[in-house]
Amino acid sequence: MTAPILEGLDLSVLYAGQRVLDVPRVEVQAGEVLAVIGPNGAGKSTLLRVLGLLEPPTSGEVRFRGQRVVWSGPDLLIARRRFATVFQEALLCDATVEANVALGLRLRRRPPGEVSTQVHTWLARLGIAHLAKREARTLSGGEAQRTSLARAFAIRPDVLLLDEPFAALDPPTRDELLTLLQGLLRQEGFTTVFVTHDRDEALRLGDRIAVMMEGRIPQVGAPSEVFGRPVTEEIARFVGVETILPGRVTGELSGLLTVKVNGMKIEALGAAAVGERVLVCLRPEDVVIRRLDGRVGLESARNHLEGRVEDATPLGAQYRVRIACGSPVIALVTKQSFEDLSLEHGTPVVVTFKASAVHLIRR
Amino acid sequence: MELIWQGLLEAFRLIVSGDPGVFQITWLSLQISGGATLLSLLVGIPVGMALALTRFPGRSLCIALVNTGMGLPPVVVGLFVSIFVWRSGPLGFLGLLYTPTAIVVAQFIIAAPIITGLTIAAMQQLNPRLRLQLQALGASRWQLLWLLMREARLPLLAAVMAGFGGVISEVGASMMVGGNIQGQTRVLTTATVLETGKGNFDLAIALSVILLVLTFAVNYLLTWIQQRGRTP
Repeated sequence: MTAPILEGLDLSVLYAGQRVLDVPRVEVQAGEVLAVIGPNGAGKSTLLRVLGLLEPPTSGEVRFRGQRVVWSGPDLLIARRRFATVFQEALLCDATVEANVALGLRLRRRPPGEVSTQVHTWLARLGIAHLAKREARTLSGGEAQRTSLARAFAIRPDVLLLDEPFAALDPPTRDELLTLLQGLLRQEGFTTVFVTHDRDEALRLGDRIAVMMEGRIPQVGAPSEVFGRPVTEEIARFVGVETILPGRVTGELSGLLTVKVNGMKIEALGAAAVGERVLVCLRPEDVVIRRLDGRVGLESARNHLEGRVEDATPLGAQYRVRIACGSPVIALVTKQSFEDLSLEHGTPVVVTFKASAVHLIRR
Repeated sequence: MELIWQGLLEAFRLIVSGDPGVFQITWLSLQISGGATLLSLLVGIPVGMALALTRFPGRSLCIALVNTGMGLPPVVVGLFVSIFVWRSGPLGFLGLLYTPTAIVVAQFIIAAPIITGLTIAAMQQLNPRLRLQLQALGASRWQLLWLLMREARLPLLAAVMAGFGGVISEVGASMMVGGNIQGQTRVLTTATVLETGKGNFDLAIALSVILLVLTFAVNYLLTWIQQRGRTP
């Protein structure tokens, strides 16, 4: 692996004696999108401000291209001018869209010809060329955020930092902008740190995902790893594991473990010793439901648990169904199958899932 | 009614005929109050920005003092400036008593807190995250301050208008430190007081109208700058 373009080492930030950031190491590789996810108040924005050279850490250091960042003087400004940050609020100046997009370049005293070329390029790429002469204060939320993104892109930063840029937008606008950003990042290969509390955004944009919890980063890895094999219960909950059951490993046969959970026997693939206490994690989309009296499906699955429907919540195209089978198991069912199975409160069902769908957290 | 009408006619005549005495008084008023406002801007905007944008112990006290200063009675300012520049006073050796400079000093003391206080308010009504955003876009310290001033240009111009309005209209301090000496320190307000006292109502009204027109013209200019390119 090549040297990271941006690194944080032993970062710690204290506010009024309270530690809000405690990160021994975080790296951003050139060209990657590092998505930082975590609940509100986990310290994501603080980390972003420190990595964006906007706030010095209480202790620790940031290295940019291997060079330790000095937190004062002209060198800081020179380093900072290699970065661009987009925040949740568009934070535009009271001027035209065009002037806003030009701002970063003008602050860098780039020649007017270059400014004009870049501005027009990025206005067009963000789909706001027709708004060039509009006053920024008259823009809608989505248009303002496009302007803010264009302003950041026009700088052609070495590192782009995005702090929940879509959190304040309505879902269709957010989705549109997310797709646009995804395309731009792919084409341009900007090194990006993307902070969000929305796991879908992280999945769509992130090459790697860092999970933040209470100022720390307990897990960093590929999206499949963080989402499929969360290392703690809190991360599991945050990344969308809805069934988390405490149990004990009672048997092992060539990598296939038997876990006893509240009277149920669950088979799982994983690494844990017999007798060890574990948490059984199951994503709702990996659980299949059939009626107890219905025909048998998903024969290859190792786990079949009988239970009764406890309740069902509609979520647009899907239903979240809670099944009581000793302990509750949560499943996501398409609206179509929910209706086909005519599930209602108390319907006896069998929940089915593969041993490989089960993730075990050792305790 | 007749009196006011006559006064208005006299004012019109004086303005149109370019009466040298009236012209001199008007020009002096504009110079003194304009100068005092300019000085207040040079001091008030940096101080106001510093108070608004930094944190230090005693900051609230400073802001409270500035805000109190916004309501300084001109006669109190006149009194203290008089004491200081009185021939036997601490600054008596400067020989400033009854000079236009003394009026500028007094008016500066009146306008500076107004401009400082309104600058503080102007800066504080900006989104606090805008500073971070501008820094993140690569603004140096001076560029940051310039951009923040530009963002707050509307309330800052209102501060200029309030400062100028406060001093062009005050009479107490100008009278006390200037002495209302004809041809030297007589300004529109002090002249109006004098002419009213003498019963020359038509001249007093004329001077008042000129004062109003002058104030209007200056504020119109500032408002025009403020509202340029703005559609509601």
